[in-house]
Amino acid sequence: MVAVRRRAARSAAPSYTQADVEALSAANNEPNWLRESRLMAWELYEDMPMPGFKDEEWRRTDYRHIRWEEAEKLVSPNGASVDSVPAATLEPLIGEKQGGLLIFVDGKVVRYEISEELTRAGVIFTDLLTAAREHEDLVRANLMTKAVKPTDGKFAALHAALWTHGVFLHVPRGKVVELPLHVIMYNTHDGASLGHSLVVLDENSQATILVDYASADGSTHSVYIGATELLVGDAANLRYVSLQNWNRQTFEFSHQRARVGQNANLDWIVGTMGSQLAKMYLEIELDGKGANGRMSGMFFADHDQLFDHDTQQNHNAPLTTSDLLFKGAAKDHSRTVWQGMIKSMPQMQKINGFQASRNLVLSKDARMDGIPGLEIEADDVACSHAATFGTLDADQVYYLMSRGIPRSDAELMLSEGFFDELLQRIPFERVRDRLRDALDAKIVG
Amino acid sequence: MVAALEIRNLHVSVEDKPILRGVNLTIKQGEVHALMGPNGSGKSTLAHALMGHPAYHVTAGQVIFDGEDLLEMEADERSRAGLFLAFQYPVSIPGVTLANFLRQTINARMKAKDPESKGISIPQYTRLLKSKMDYLGMDHSFAGRYLNEGFSGGEKKRAEILQMATLEPKLAILDETDSGLDIDALRIVAEGVNRLSGPNLGALVITHYQRILNYIKPEFVHVMFEGQIVEHGGPELALHLEEQGYDWIREKYSAAE
Repeated sequence: MVAVRRRAARSAAPSYTQADVEALSAANNEPNWLRESRLMAWELYEDMPMPGFKDEEWRRTDYRHIRWEEAEKLVSPNGASVDSVPAATLEPLIGEKQGGLLIFVDGKVVRYEISEELTRAGVIFTDLLTAAREHEDLVRANLMTKAVKPTDGKFAALHAALWTHGVFLHVPRGKVVELPLHVIMYNTHDGASLGHSLVVLDENSQATILVDYASADGSTHSVYIGATELLVGDAANLRYVSLQNWNRQTFEFSHQRARVGQNANLDWIVGTMGSQLAKMYLEIELDGKGANGRMSGMFFADHDQLFDHDTQQNHNAPLTTSDLLFKGAAKDHSRTVWQGMIKSMPQMQKINGFQASRNLVLSKDARMDGIPGLEIEADDVACSHAATFGTLDADQVYYLMSRGIPRSDAELMLSEGFFDELLQRIPFERVRDRLRDALDAKIVG
Repeated sequence: MVAALEIRNLHVSVEDKPILRGVNLTIKQGEVHALMGPNGSGKSTLAHALMGHPAYHVTAGQVIFDGEDLLEMEADERSRAGLFLAFQYPVSIPGVTLANFLRQTINARMKAKDPESKGISIPQYTRLLKSKMDYLGMDHSFAGRYLNEGFSGGEKKRAEILQMATLEPKLAILDETDSGLDIDALRIVAEGVNRLSGPNLGALVITHYQRILNYIKPEFVHVMFEGQIVEHGGPELALHLEEQGYDWIREKYSAAE
């Protein structure tokens, strides 16, 4: 008798339908324009194939082992409160006092605070669904129309059709928000969440916002299909920190893009520690003359994690400056990819674009790829790019040990030392501490 | 009891190439020894083999330090046992400040003695570090700089002496601490060593030149050649080498191969 072995069918794509989009929109009691925009995105989504090996951007990131049939179930609130969020995540990381705090647990707002000072100044800081109802003009004009668009890719379209929750920040012209804003998106159970961050800074305004992503240990696959949109108006100043610490069963697919206006300034900090697989597009569009964008990325992969950071620095105006530094480490049999591109058009003169990816390979089974790229068509420019790879230096380890420091501590010091250059770019002490703690846990763990 | 370093018939290979071919030497706490010899004779190999560099393989012989088998220990254990090596080429470590590094060295000692130890308190450490830096005439701003990163030759050597002053070893090996130093830097480094020397410190000063011995006065002078110590003497031996060079050593001891 011949035994017939059958592999369990694994779906290559989520099985969402238009009815899911309509049901979500109805359950949210959304305004018509929002429902319409979701349905238009859905059509786009249906017309696009799932990205795969044939796409250059996905060549190194195989996500086909995701169990969509389990991961795709939309996370819904089941009564979990703010108490389920770990204390370390709740901790304010920037300053003693916060201007606002917005905590989502399983996509539901469980805590919402905004200081009177901000409300008086006309700052809007609220969840995106509320904002869509109460500030239609602002949200409608900016939600997935300027920064991330449904046409950006399969996951961007799916996000636009099916986003589940999000934050909206609007700072009116000339207003300076000195107190930082803190957003937490925390999931207590498995499934799909599609979170959105929409930040709109009007001319000559200023804000600092930190978004924390985390989830409790899972029993099966989860997926996060996110979008972040940072619209930094002329002469505005945005400091944006995002820290990702999803559980080890989560797959993240996210599009994150900033648009930076004339003489405006963006300081963008990204920390990637969690998830099983993360494919993140991180893009800065320097749209206005004199715009300045800085991106500092830090990641540490271990076990079977795969992180793929895909960055772009697009100089769409003359006299613009971008400065990107990614520092990452990989141990065990983890994999990381960083691919970056600096682009400028022929008439965009006097631009400065810097890009560096520094990689610390901590095990022979780990693999790190760094692919820098320049497409510069102007001639009066200063651009540099570099990707370096190294392991812990045996002479450095010996030198530290020769002073009495045990090998494991010496290796920890050197790994921390490797990241120090990046940590020094982060102007918030407790953000640095949090990242350092996460690093130490990974190095020792 | 006075701690002693006893090296008995030590053979060391690097990448399977024999470098040390039977070294015998005993150094007691309170004694200052000089080890001289032409380039390539194995002086630095001896220093790193004693400190526990993983690339230096001991193929035969014994080293007893303070009654214990030194060769059984990892480099960090040797350090905590009281051995110190001032590197000829101190390694620079970007991202780790001199202050942080020295604090870790102190904490490592405290934790080795008492696993429950929380290490030295910051105020206590700051006081200690400042006093040691003042003692060696070092600018306090050194403490905040990355270890040896961008240090000049003289600054690196002074940082080595600062580490020695902080760790208070029983026995210090100074590996060509004079090389590449101008006369002023040499004087400062030598004064640092002299301030630390005394009944509690044994020192092995490795040098190619006699120059440093004008500042650090050894009681015993040894000459290494082709992986063995071939001559023993007092300070007069160093002066003799200064005048005559190493040719007579080569003539007298070159292996007739």
